[in-house]
Amino acid sequence: MSQTDVATLEVHSATGLPSRKILMWAFIGSECMLFGSLIITYLVYRGKSIVGPYPEELLNIPFITVTTFVLLMSSLMMVLALSAVQRGDMKWGKVWLLMTAVFGMVFLGGQVYEFTHFVHEGLTLQTNLFGGSFFLLTGTHGAHVTVGVIWLLSLFFMGVRGRLTQASAETVEIAGLYWHFVDVVWIVLFTLIYLLS
Amino acid sequence: MAVTGAVGAETPGVGAQDHGGTYSGGIWSWLTTVDHKRIGVMYGVSAFLFFLVGGIEALLIRLQLGTPENTLINPDLYNQLFTMHGTTMVFLAIMPLSAAFFNFIVPLQIGARDVAFPRLNAFSFWVFFLGALFMNSSFLFGGAPDAGWFGYANLTSTQYSPGMRVDFWVLGLLVLGVSSIAAALNFIVTIINLRCEGMHFMRMPLFTWMTLITSFLLVMAFPAITVGLVLLMFDRMFGTQFFNPLAGGDVLLWQHLFWIFGHPEVYILLLPGLGMVSEIIPVFSRKPLFGYAFVVYSGVLIAFLGFGVWAHHMFAVGLGPVANTVFAAATMLIAIPTGVKIFNWIATLWGGSLRLKTPLYFCLGFIAMFIIGGLSGVMHASAAADLQQTDTYFIVAHIHYVLFGGVMFALFAGMYYWIPKVTGRMLSDRLGKIHFWIMLVSFNLTFFPQHFLGLHGMPRRTFTYESGLGFEAMNLMSTVGALLLGSSMLIFIWNVLQMLRKGPPTGADPWGGSTLEWSIASPPPHYNFKVLPKVYGRDPLWAADTSDSRPGDDVEAPEPHMPGPSAFPLTTAIGIVVMAAGGLTTTLPVLFVGVAVVLFGVYGWAFQPLEH
Amino acid sequence: MERGRRPHTSGAPRWIGPLLALAALALGACGGPFPQSALDPASDFAWKLQDLFEGIFFWAVIVFVLVEGALIVAIFRFRERPGGAAPRATHGNTLLEISWTLAPAVVLVLIAIPTIRTIWDVDQPARGESLVVEAIGHQWWWEFRYPDLGVVTANEMHIPVGTQIDVRLTSADVIHSFWFPRLGGKRDAIPGHENQIWFTADSAGLYLGQCAEFCGLSHALMKMQLVAEAPEAFQAWVDRQKSDALAADSVIAAEGSQAFMRGGCIACHKVRGTVAQGVIGPDLTHVGSRRRIAAGILDNTPENLERWIRNPQAVKPGALMVVPELDDETVRRIVAYLQSLK
Repeated sequence: MSQTDVATLEVHSATGLPSRKILMWAFIGSECMLFGSLIITYLVYRGKSIVGPYPEELLNIPFITVTTFVLLMSSLMMVLALSAVQRGDMKWGKVWLLMTAVFGMVFLGGQVYEFTHFVHEGLTLQTNLFGGSFFLLTGTHGAHVTVGVIWLLSLFFMGVRGRLTQASAETVEIAGLYWHFVDVVWIVLFTLIYLLS
Repeated sequence: MAVTGAVGAETPGVGAQDHGGTYSGGIWSWLTTVDHKRIGVMYGVSAFLFFLVGGIEALLIRLQLGTPENTLINPDLYNQLFTMHGTTMVFLAIMPLSAAFFNFIVPLQIGARDVAFPRLNAFSFWVFFLGALFMNSSFLFGGAPDAGWFGYANLTSTQYSPGMRVDFWVLGLLVLGVSSIAAALNFIVTIINLRCEGMHFMRMPLFTWMTLITSFLLVMAFPAITVGLVLLMFDRMFGTQFFNPLAGGDVLLWQHLFWIFGHPEVYILLLPGLGMVSEIIPVFSRKPLFGYAFVVYSGVLIAFLGFGVWAHHMFAVGLGPVANTVFAAATMLIAIPTGVKIFNWIATLWGGSLRLKTPLYFCLGFIAMFIIGGLSGVMHASAAADLQQTDTYFIVAHIHYVLFGGVMFALFAGMYYWIPKVTGRMLSDRLGKIHFWIMLVSFNLTFFPQHFLGLHGMPRRTFTYESGLGFEAMNLMSTVGALLLGSSMLIFIWNVLQMLRKGPPTGADPWGGSTLEWSIASPPPHYNFKVLPKVYGRDPLWAADTSDSRPGDDVEAPEPHMPGPSAFPLTTAIGIVVMAAGGLTTTLPVLFVGVAVVLFGVYGWAFQPLEH
Repeated sequence: MERGRRPHTSGAPRWIGPLLALAALALGACGGPFPQSALDPASDFAWKLQDLFEGIFFWAVIVFVLVEGALIVAIFRFRERPGGAAPRATHGNTLLEISWTLAPAVVLVLIAIPTIRTIWDVDQPARGESLVVEAIGHQWWWEFRYPDLGVVTANEMHIPVGTQIDVRLTSADVIHSFWFPRLGGKRDAIPGHENQIWFTADSAGLYLGQCAEFCGLSHALMKMQLVAEAPEAFQAWVDRQKSDALAADSVIAAEGSQAFMRGGCIACHKVRGTVAQGVIGPDLTHVGSRRRIAAGILDNTPENLERWIRNPQAVKPGALMVVPELDDETVRRIVAYLQSLK
C-alpha cells in the first residue's frame, strides 16, 4: 500500500468506488449549501445599499471575463494532468499540474487586482451592503481557489521528488473533482454577480 | 440465512485481550488513538460531563425561577446561564452523545473494522472537545455568551453585546461546526462504502440508517449557520453591515439562516434516538421491527421535510399570510411520518413478549413523552394559534418534551442497552428502573406545568416574574421537579460506577440482539471482526443457522492489521482552536501560529501512512 | 370568563373549553387568578385564536387518549409470561401502514383548514375603520404614539372599547415583541421593519402586557399596560395627553421642576411646554397620571419614583438612564414635580 494514497484500510468497497472519492462528493454537496447561503445573502442585499459605490459603477465585465476564461482553461489543464498521471506519464503529469496551479494563480491575481481597484474607488467590506456581500462571497471563493492551488502545488512538488506514480491517479482525480467544483462555483458567481447585474 | 465468520477473541471483561486490552494504554495512547471504539468512549464521557454542566445551568435557572422576583441570580448571570444551557445541551451534550454511539456502534453493525477515515474521526473528536473547552472558558474571560442559544441579530451586534461574549459563541460554534461536518462526512462514506458483504441498504439496522440520514442532515444544514455566523463575525470584527438596519441590513436574514440550520438541527438531535428505539423495542419484544421499510422511509421523509419548515420559528415576525400558510402546512405534514414511526413501534410491541428491562422502560417512557411533545408541536404548527404560544413557556414545555422526554429518554435507553457491549459488564437493572421512575415522574413535574405557564402569559427567557400573575405555584412545582430530575442522574452515575467496579461480566450477547455488534465479544477486540461477516438478510443474528458452518470459529486467521495511532489529528485540532483564539482576541500573530499548526498537522497527516 | 361578543366558530364540542379550563385550574392548583392569561380572551383577535386553539386541543386530546392508550394496553397485555409461546414474527402490514398514514393526515387537514382561515383573517392589514397606534420598542420600555390624535406617551396605552385598534410596530434598537395575552397573539417589533397587529377590545378594563422577544439584560422588566375604556373616558384621556404639561401645583413641585430642568433629565426626556425636549427616553408630560412607572414594573408611588430616580440600574439592570448623585431634598422635589404632571 503506497504511503500517501490510501487513508483507509478497507478490505473491500461496498459500492466499488474508492472511499476518498465518495468523501469528496459528499464534501462538495456540503459546499454547495455553503455557497448557496452566501449567494442568497448577496442576492437578498442586491440593490439595498444605502450609499455607493454601486455595482454598476465598478464591475468590469470584460476584465473578469478574461480571468473567468483563465480559470476555465485551468480546468482543462486539470483534465490533462489526470489523464497523464493515469497513463503513467509523470513528466506531462507534472507539467499539467503546474499549469493548472499557475492558471489558478493568474485568476487569483486578477481577483486581487480587482479587489484593490475597488478599494481605491472607495468600496471596502464596511462601506455598504454591496461591499460586504461582494467581498465575502468572492473572497470565500478565492480562499477555496487558494486551497486548491496549494494542493496542486503540493502534488507537483511530490512529482518533482519522484513520489507521484500511476497509483496516485486516484488522489489527482479527487483533487480534480475539487478543482472543477471551484470552477463551477465561479461560473455561477460570474453569472449572478457580473452578467446579471 | 446465517452470519459467517464473525467471531473474534472471547475473553469477557474490560480490556482483557491478548493484543493488549481494547482500552489499555496510557494517556498518550488515548490522545493519539484512531480506534472508533475509543473515540466513541471519549465522546460519550465528554458529552455526559457537558450534559451535567448544562444540567447545573438548568438547576440554577430553576432555583432563580422558583419564587417570584427572586434575587438569587442577577439578570446578567441569568442570561449567560440560559444561553449556555441551550448551547451546551444542543451542541456539547446531545450531539456528541449521539456521536459516541455513531462511533462505537455503527462500524460494528455494518460489519466493518473501523470507520472509513479513522484519523478524520479522531480529528472530529478533538475539535469538538477543544472547541467545547474554548466556549466554556468564556466564563473565566469576561463572561459566557448571553444573547440566547439562537443569538438573534441585532442584539448580537457589538453595539448591544459589547465585549467578547458573543465572539466566544460565534467562534466556538464555527469550530464545533468543523467537527460535526467532518464526522458526518466520515459516517456517510463509512455507511455507504464499508458495509460488509450482503448488507444491502434495506438490510441495515435502523440505528445505522438514522445515522446515515442524520449525517446527510448535518452536512447540508450546518453550512447555513456557518454563513450566518460568518456574517455576524464580520459585522462584529470587521465592521460590515449585514445585520445593521441603519445601513439597509436585515436582521431577519439572521433568523432565516439560523433556522434553515436550526430546524434540521432538531432532527439531527432526534433521529439517532429514534434509531436506537427502533432497535431496542424489537429485541425486548422478541419480534422484528414492524414495518421496517416504512420506518426507514419516514426517517428519510422527515429529513427532507425538515428543510422546508424553518419559518415556523418565525410566525410572529410578520412574514405574511402566504409564508405562514406554507410553513404551517409543511410543519403539519411532518407530523405524519413521525406518527408512522410511533405506530410502528407500538405495532412491534403488540403481540410480542415484552421483557421489561431498563432499556425497554426508557423506550416506553420515550414514546409516551414524545407523543405529548409531538402533540404540542402540532399546536404550534398552527401559525395563528402559535401567535399566543411562541416565545412563551408553552414552547419551553414542547422543546423539553421532545428533547428530554424524547431524545434523552431514547439516549438513556441506548446507554443501558449498549454500555454492556462497551465495557463488557452489566449495569444494575434494579438501579436502572429506579432511575427511570424518578426521572419520568420528576420530568413531568418539571415540564408539564410549563404548558400552562405559557398559556397563562409567562414569556420565556425572563430572569424573573412578578408576583400576582398566577405564575408562582407552577414555577415552584417546576423547580421542585427539576431538583428531583437532577438527583435522578446521580442514580445513573452511581450505577455506572458500581458497574465499573464490580458489574457482572457479560459475553457477546446479553440481550438476545439481532444485529452484528452482538456477535463479537464485549468489549470487542480492537479489530472488531477477525473475519469480516457476510449477511443474508435483516436481523442477521436471529436468522436460523441452517446454512454452512461458521468458519470464523476455528479459522486460525491472522489478526487484521489496524491503523496505527497518530498525533496529527490532535495537532490539527489544536491549531484550529488556536486560530479561534486568535480571531477572538483579533491578534494576528496568534492567528498565524494557529494556521501554521494546522498546516503542519494537515501535511503530517497527509504524508503519514495509515498503518505503521 | 366573560363571553361577550364571542362568535363560537371553532367546531370543537362545547365541553372542550371547560375541559381546558379545568385542566388549567387543576394544574394551576392554587395558582390563579391569571390576569395576563391567553386563556382569558377579551378581544375579537384573542377569541379567534382561542377558538382555533380549542379546536386543535380537542383533536390532541383524542389522539393522546388513543395512542397512549394503545401503548399502555400493549405494555400490559404483552408482557413476557413464563412459559409463554414465542411471538409471531410479523414484519408489517401495508394496509395498516396506509391507514395510519391517512388517519393522521385527515386529522391534520381538519386542523389545517381553520388554521389557514384564521391566518388569512389575522395576518392581513386591518380592514375598515381603525384607530392607529404606533408602538415602538426600546430597550426596555414602550413608546406609544397616536399619529391621528397627536398623542405621545409611554408604557401605558389607552384605547376606546369597541373600536378597532391598528397597532403599527417597530423598534428603535433590537427586536422586541408586543404582547397583551388577553387581547390576542403577539407580533415582533423589528428594527427596520413595520409590523401590524389589530384587535377590538370587548370590554373596559386593565390589560397587562409584556415584551416577548429576548432583548437583553432587562427583557423580563419590559412590561406595558393597556386601559380599555368607554369612548368618553378615552376622549378625556386623549385631550389631557395632548395638552402641554400642567403647571406645578405646589411649591415643592415648582422647585422640583427647576431641579428637573437644570439637571440632565432634559437630555433624554420630553415634557411638552417646557424646555425639556429630549427624545431618547419616555415622554414624561403626563407621567403623573400613569399607573406604573419604569415600563410597567413599579406602581406609580412617591416611594417607587424615588427608588427609580436614585438608582435606575438597581431597579432595571442595564437601564440607559443616567442620574448623577442627588441629595434627598432634590430627589423629593423632583418626585413631587413628576407626580404633578398628571
